Amino acid sequence: MDKSILAEIVGDSNTGFKFDNALRNESLTSNGTGAPKATKTGTTIVGLIFKDGVVLGADTRATAGSIVADKNCAKIHYITPNIYCCGAGTAADTEFTTNIISSNLALHQMNSGREPRVATAMTFLKQYLFRYQGHVSAALVLGGVDSTGPHLYTVYPHGSTDKLPFVTMGSGSLAAMATFESKFKPNMERQEAIDLVQEAIESGIFNDLGSGSNVDVCVITKGKVDYLRNYAKPNERISKLKSYKFARGTTGILKESIHKFDIVVESDAMDVV
Amino acid sequence: MLQHKDGSVQNHQHGWEPYVDNGGTSLAIAGEDFCVIASDTRQSEGYSINTRFDPKIHKITDKIMLATTGYSADAKRLTEVIKMQTERYFYKHEKNMESHAAAQMLSVILYQKRFFPYYVFPILAGIDNEGKGCVYSYDPVGNMERVTFQVYGSASGMIQPFLDSQVGFKNQQNVDKTRLLTKEEAISIAVDSFTAATERDIYTGDYLEIYIVDANGIHREQKPLKFD
Repeated sequence: MDKSILAEIVGDSNTGFKFDNALRNESLTSNGTGAPKATKTGTTIVGLIFKDGVVLGADTRATAGSIVADKNCAKIHYITPNIYCCGAGTAADTEFTTNIISSNLALHQMNSGREPRVATAMTFLKQYLFRYQGHVSAALVLGGVDSTGPHLYTVYPHGSTDKLPFVTMGSGSLAAMATFESKFKPNMERQEAIDLVQEAIESGIFNDLGSGSNVDVCVITKGKVDYLRNYAKPNERISKLKSYKFARGTTGILKESIHKFDIVVESDAMDVV
Repeated sequence: MLQHKDGSVQNHQHGWEPYVDNGGTSLAIAGEDFCVIASDTRQSEGYSINTRFDPKIHKITDKIMLATTGYSADAKRLTEVIKMQTERYFYKHEKNMESHAAAQMLSVILYQKRFFPYYVFPILAGIDNEGKGCVYSYDPVGNMERVTFQVYGSASGMIQPFLDSQVGFKNQQNVDKTRLLTKEEAISIAVDSFTAATERDIYTGDYLEIYIVDANGIHREQKPLKFD
């Protein structure tokens, strides 16, 4: 890009994202210094509508490249007492986006005196994400039950949305969607719906390298939420064969200096008999 | 590179890449009169698992095994070439190739493709002509070194420091640093390396294959790792 044009655009940016370091970072990149790596939630997240409400599901693996950064993170975020939201993408972006929208809905509720609707949360989210033109990497599954019934949405990082009876997102979305496409049916019973969500998340956990560890489930019905953290744990650690406690005296000493103190015994005049 | 009329330069787009990284981890530990060679069997590309069982360790002779990581197709071809040559040697000389000869041959085979290398990190391990455990490690173009332990692959960054500490005693004082491990110690350390690496490396998992080479021959063990 032409540097003078870039400088003109970003030079006096005083609101929103700060681009002050854009030119510096560009030169650092061209010198071979890479940008810092953000924690991504490789992720399988899903949601479906059943007879009495919605079920949300998520795996619990967070990755930084090929390394597992967190083996048991929570990807189902609180929005309002009746609305929850699963997040995939950059961990910080999903966390902050859902947090801000949660705050705004709380204020909105105090202003309007009404229980927030899922459609309102969805609108806030898409307007927020569209403003940042996809640079806020949050791919969301939003679900909840309000005065108009159960609702389920997906929100993409650029701000587009879908409203569907069953949805999946993240790097494990294809594996999870394969499960939904073969087994979903409308008006399922509660346990049937939870089982299907578990199966979809597990197909993500086992077939997608970006997803792993445990299954979180959140069941939202009229006036009641069951957040089932670690609903299934299909990946318990294999125990170690050997103890790796270091034997006494094996810890390396880099430097040793011994100070000898002169021991002076002083007695108080009062102590003298 | 493509030079435009306005002087700007663009990278040429190729339709295919000759190499991919298929992940996975391999290690070998030499003992006094034995050798332990271990690999996981996951074979992957990007975020997908191609297969959960693709063995990366191959028998070369009754006393020598080859463990690989890197690009699976190249590893398979390299194994094929080495097996062909050791078999030719056997029929020509009516005896098996010794490990030092096979080790040198592998180096030459790798260097023959100096300008279009096998994208493979090989570890040749087994018993030498004196009956001692031996491990030879290589880079993809044939640089060779005889060592007492080696780990290569996607989790090598996690396992190398662990082996430096527990096999090489590099961070310990008042210990015999030339001491070689017992068979039981070596196997436990190999297994624990993989169960730990499976926890944090997305490319290591599924099954663990362990080979123990000693005077009695080659013994194989298999254990499930995690599948996520």
